Amino acid sequence: MDLQIWIWLMIGITFSLYIGIAIWSKAGSTKEFYVAGSGVSPIANGMATAADWMSAASFISMAGLISFMGYDGSVYLMGWTGGYVLLALLLAPYLRKFGKFTVPDFIGDRYYSDTARLVAVFCALIISFTYVAGQMRGVGLVFSRYLEVDINTGVVIGMAIVLFYAVLGGMKGITYTQVAQYCVLIFAFMVPAIFISMQMTGNPIPQLGFGSVGTDGVYLLEKLDGLSRDLGFHEYTTGSKSKLDVFFITAALMIGTAGLPHVIVRFFTVKKVSDARKSAGWALLFIAILYTTAPAIAVFARTNLIETVSEKKYDEMPVWFENWEKTGLLTFTDKNDDGLIQYVADPQLNELTIDRDIMVMANPEIAELPNWVIALLAAGALAAALSTAAGLLLVISSSVSHDLIKKIIKPDVSEKGELIAARVSAFFAVLLAGYFGINPPGFVAAVVALAFGLAAASFFPAIVMGIFYKRMNKEGAISGMITGLLLMLFYMTKFKFGWFGGGTEADWWFGISPEGFGTFAMLINFIVSLIVCHLTKEPSKEVQDLVENIRIPTIENS
Amino acid sequence: MSKNLAQEYWKKNLKYLVILLSIFGILLIDELNQIKIGGFKLGFWFAQQGSIYVFVTLIFIYIGLMNKLDKKYHSKK
Repeated sequence: MDLQIWIWLMIGITFSLYIGIAIWSKAGSTKEFYVAGSGVSPIANGMATAADWMSAASFISMAGLISFMGYDGSVYLMGWTGGYVLLALLLAPYLRKFGKFTVPDFIGDRYYSDTARLVAVFCALIISFTYVAGQMRGVGLVFSRYLEVDINTGVVIGMAIVLFYAVLGGMKGITYTQVAQYCVLIFAFMVPAIFISMQMTGNPIPQLGFGSVGTDGVYLLEKLDGLSRDLGFHEYTTGSKSKLDVFFITAALMIGTAGLPHVIVRFFTVKKVSDARKSAGWALLFIAILYTTAPAIAVFARTNLIETVSEKKYDEMPVWFENWEKTGLLTFTDKNDDGLIQYVADPQLNELTIDRDIMVMANPEIAELPNWVIALLAAGALAAALSTAAGLLLVISSSVSHDLIKKIIKPDVSEKGELIAARVSAFFAVLLAGYFGINPPGFVAAVVALAFGLAAASFFPAIVMGIFYKRMNKEGAISGMITGLLLMLFYMTKFKFGWFGGGTEADWWFGISPEGFGTFAMLINFIVSLIVCHLTKEPSKEVQDLVENIRIPTIENS
Repeated sequence: MSKNLAQEYWKKNLKYLVILLSIFGILLIDELNQIKIGGFKLGFWFAQQGSIYVFVTLIFIYIGLMNKLDKKYHSKK
């Protein structure tokens, strides 16, 4: 069957599934809208969290990123999974026991202050908007490549779908569509990986396949190390970054993950404290399936690519090469006019530029897999982008309707009024996200790192100390959050946008890159909070009792 | 509910956290690329595979420990 028909079929089926679920799980109360009525089972929540967390970046870009970075790419694998250990051990159970709707809820109540609440709302909004713009762009990209529609039309179609189930179903609708989206995306990611692993190594398990011998009897990784060396690239299995910076980046990604509001809020949707722990475990297990497969795909794709193009005639390139050239993500300029493709590390001699985002998407075509696999991959990428976008939109809408309107501006708003406000703000959030998808700010790539840095530098210390340190008061927490936030913004804008005099790698403080600076800003946050807290008076008995209460699950809540 | 019991529960929980988080921290330090298992250099395998399996295991160990602690705590109560 024709590829185009397969693609329409796969996308048609999966999208009708999402819409069907949205109608079935329409939210009737604010509790259902914000936290799905706190009645989600741990396994379902694990799947929903996995889909919520794994974005277009995880699905489309990560394996490509690793295949170009090799060992250095490990920071993303470890950073983006290790965060769940922190979540399960330090945050999720206690926040569930606290039992409100949002992260600013916790910060505002624990630090008995609307200023703290406002700072938290501000952080949640910046982090979520940064993130959601990237998702809508991912949706547009997939549509434009596979459905041969304009990127902008693709964004609009994506917006319409998200609008439908986020506005109608709220968290309840989002949760159950995310469960479906997880199944679609993991299936779509695994099928081509298994096919290719079989093809290249004879081993159907990609995790083992990339450590096996290839069809020519040589270990795949040794072959890739050899190919990389020959072409002047860095050896694939050894690192080139400074140890300190690697440590800071990994830690910033981990702590940032644990501090992301759209991830944290998923743990408010389960019935009891022990379920929050369990669902963090399930979530990581479901995520690990993709995250341990991605490095295998990276190796397969890289080896396949080099063997297909290096020193081969341009005229004899397969069809996929031409298809991706059309998108501009793959370009070839014959600098020495020999008709052959020189793909080497030296920029003077290199004739091929490859956008790392195409590694996963082009992989099935490079490996000559059947059309339905390619169509499945398109549906999977859309599932990944849409599920994350929906989770983020919910954080944005609840920050506005619950934290701003209900808690600060108009506390006497009725349940019905708040639900309407939640839907209206979800609607506007979708429009704004769509706008950013169509007119992507040039700084999207730079600010995603910022989102993690901000989450690490602002939320994480405030929440952790809120649980583990009874003496922490509002003065300490607020000054810590603001210092962490400003410091992170300063460093990021200085080195990414050239503000405050700009600077190059040589000017980095202690050799820490902007991506890893979140860890540093977080440490400063902790220090400032502790100092300020001891210079001001301790929180009241009621607040200290609240903390005691969060620490111990009650029987019906365990 | 006795205050002592709650404190005992919390102390036990903190002990688990310290132990598990130190294992977690050790993972970030690596110097293992000299050893090879099959086609994998060990340092490379740990960075791109092993660490993730350890993370999953750590969480499930914590779940197990805390479920046991919850049960003990509630029966005493």
